[in-house]
Amino acid sequence: MERRKFFKGLGASLLAGGFLSQMPVNEVLGAAIPLPPEAYDMIAVKGGEPDVMFDKAIAAMGGMKRFVKKGQTVVVKPNIGWDVSPQRAGNTNPGLVGRIVKHCLDAGAKEVLVFDNTCDNWVKCYETSGIEAAVKSAGGKVVPGNTESYYKPVQIPNGRSLKEAKVHELLLTADVFINVPVLKHHSSAQMSIAMKNLMGIVWDRRWWHRNNLQQCIADMVTWRKPDLNVIDAYRVMMKNGPRGVSEADVTVMKSLLISTDIVAADAAAAKLFGNEPADIEHIRIAHEMKLGTMDLKSLNIQRISV
Amino acid sequence: MKKKSLLPSARVVVASVATGLVALAMLDITASLPSSVHDAATWIQFIPSLLSFLTAPALVATGFAVVLIVTLLFGRVYCSWICPLGYFQDVVIALRRFSRRKKSRFVYALPWSWVRHVGLGLVLTSAVAGLMIPLALLDPFSVFGRMMVHLAHPALAATNNLLSDALSASGFYWLKPRTVPGFDATSFAVGLIFTVSVVVMALRNGRLWCNTFCPVGTLLGLISRKSLWRITLDESLCTSCGLCAMSCKAQCIDAKARRVDFDRCVGCMNCLDSCSQGGVKFTLTTTTQPATTNSDSGKQPGRRAILRGLAVLPLAALVAKAKAATDVFSLRKALKPNQRDHFVSPPGSVSADRFNSVCTACHLCVSACPTRVLQPSFTEYGLRGFLQPYMDFHSNFCNYECTRCGEVCPTGAIMPLVAEAKKRVQTGVAVFVKENCVVYTDETACGACSEHCPTKAVHMVEYKPGLLIPEVTADICVGCGACEYACPTLPNRAIFVNGHAVHQVASEPLKADESKEEVPEEFPF
Repeated sequence: MERRKFFKGLGASLLAGGFLSQMPVNEVLGAAIPLPPEAYDMIAVKGGEPDVMFDKAIAAMGGMKRFVKKGQTVVVKPNIGWDVSPQRAGNTNPGLVGRIVKHCLDAGAKEVLVFDNTCDNWVKCYETSGIEAAVKSAGGKVVPGNTESYYKPVQIPNGRSLKEAKVHELLLTADVFINVPVLKHHSSAQMSIAMKNLMGIVWDRRWWHRNNLQQCIADMVTWRKPDLNVIDAYRVMMKNGPRGVSEADVTVMKSLLISTDIVAADAAAAKLFGNEPADIEHIRIAHEMKLGTMDLKSLNIQRISV
Repeated sequence: MKKKSLLPSARVVVASVATGLVALAMLDITASLPSSVHDAATWIQFIPSLLSFLTAPALVATGFAVVLIVTLLFGRVYCSWICPLGYFQDVVIALRRFSRRKKSRFVYALPWSWVRHVGLGLVLTSAVAGLMIPLALLDPFSVFGRMMVHLAHPALAATNNLLSDALSASGFYWLKPRTVPGFDATSFAVGLIFTVSVVVMALRNGRLWCNTFCPVGTLLGLISRKSLWRITLDESLCTSCGLCAMSCKAQCIDAKARRVDFDRCVGCMNCLDSCSQGGVKFTLTTTTQPATTNSDSGKQPGRRAILRGLAVLPLAALVAKAKAATDVFSLRKALKPNQRDHFVSPPGSVSADRFNSVCTACHLCVSACPTRVLQPSFTEYGLRGFLQPYMDFHSNFCNYECTRCGEVCPTGAIMPLVAEAKKRVQTGVAVFVKENCVVYTDETACGACSEHCPTKAVHMVEYKPGLLIPEVTADICVGCGACEYACPTLPNRAIFVNGHAVHQVASEPLKADESKEEVPEEFPF
């Protein structure tokens, strides 16, 4: 964070001094002169296959080595909530998940662990989503998330509604946490993106539903922010989310967003979906709680077309 | 002078395979064995096969006929060669050798035939009247099933999970934890009571269970009176020494009288090697040679036994009345209770009534259900359906794509359905209870029900600006219970499935064409 601010400041002051620092730096500079990777708050890619888009995006962010150091343990948390095929876009794209695992291992990760607390039967979700196969072939480990014994109680002191939760043990020990949601419509939370995806790291979700769901979604972010958020918008479920009824719910957008700011990632994804970020209650709350920003104009975003 | 018979060893091999298959199916904690294993295991099991033939004749349910033919040829060999409960008793009997009582001999016991004949009459007439409890409680396959599903299966799953926990603590995640089927006190108790009784009887009196309570053993015993091959004592060799009687776990050889009560013989063939003179034989007999093989009960025993059975008929009428009386239930105190007209029977059961008249509560489906939504009932179907599985949406919900229970059910109580047909079976309909809903009581977003709904029969509509509330489109609801399971309200749910007495066909959920491609020209930010 500090380093990023430093580079932001550096780029701006190099150009014109103090007053321009309010403007996004790369817009001033133009795409021709790329900023150092650390200066970007977000990379947005479109037009390619999920794995190719991720290659471009992570390269623009400075490569996976920026996030994963040699010998570290990485948790990758996709959305594997439903017993539906990749075409239905209820779960994160398996090709993308596999690619992320590979990048982590190439960066020197000791192990890469993937799990979700699924909604449908977990064995079926892992299998039908294609994620189990993709992770295994990329060299990662699939970890069950279906029994309470994996979940350890944690305090969430900065939560407003959610003060404690039982969180999957991997999150307590892993060095790096990469959040890989799929962008989709959601009947309860309006949208399911990066913040909503964190609901899959806790055991008791019913409590959230009983106690102001939208606030709880934002509260969880205060506990542990993902080091990187990768939003799969290759296939996007535009209605009937989060489970969907048929492929007719899906629009192929061939897009991908990555950001270290979970609120900004959600805001940009909401925009891509066609919603105003401020209209999505948990995004607005998280912004107000200063967990990140939904003000996309204040961000340095690199946009890439494949 | 005498050759050792191969039959006892052959029996052990065949019985081990038959019971091994059943145990494998019942103990499948992964809930993912191909259903061909279940089919192979249950095909030859008498009661499931017979019921399957009677209720779903389209199925290839001929195992029971094979058993009948084999019985007419060789007597009750089913009891020792195929029956899993018989095998279980044989294991217990074999363990007697290690008990303190060094001499594990049997002695001839009086037949008490009327007990089992009246029992069989009761069981059959009540089954015909549609009350399955007596048959469900006594059918050896189902007794064995409940032992496995409620005692052995949870023990195995728990052991697996302990191991899995220990391994994952060291970073090994390859051993997957499995759901221990929700502890069901009733089924556990019933399983335990029957296990203990069977074990105690086996230890003390060998196969007394089979010649007292077992309806299959009794029925096959009646048929075995006509069988061609029989155990006979060669009068010219017999010295009435009693060695054969000591080896007979059915306690049906009367050495003094030099008679075999073949009605009670379970076909284990152990006696063949017991005689020092080689005087016990398993041979083709003709009807002109009755004296040595006749049953105890004198002349025309078959007719008498049938009459005894018929004497029970008036009871059946009573039973039918009782079944009509025990129907519905209302339960629990709460804000607004979930009042169901019926609990939900598994998809493929067609109707609760049909299901209740066929299921023997073997619980094979309970052990095979991947989500564990199928749970043994207590009073959910009324007394009539005691122990028969129902859809317990507080345990879990029915996976939309899954067709497993129908595939494994050995009796036809749950008919097999292809996925496309199963997805249209409406077992019940979701009922929304607004007064219990978080959106109404707290005015905060929820929608967990709609999230889980596979057809979007439960969908969200505007309640207040920025707040959505569930609504149910009944005709596309399949009654899977995902909404009820997911609903977070306490103590009652704000949405529950009201079961149909007779399953209906749901309308197809709104499905349009395929997905469309719209890659954004420019990012909107």
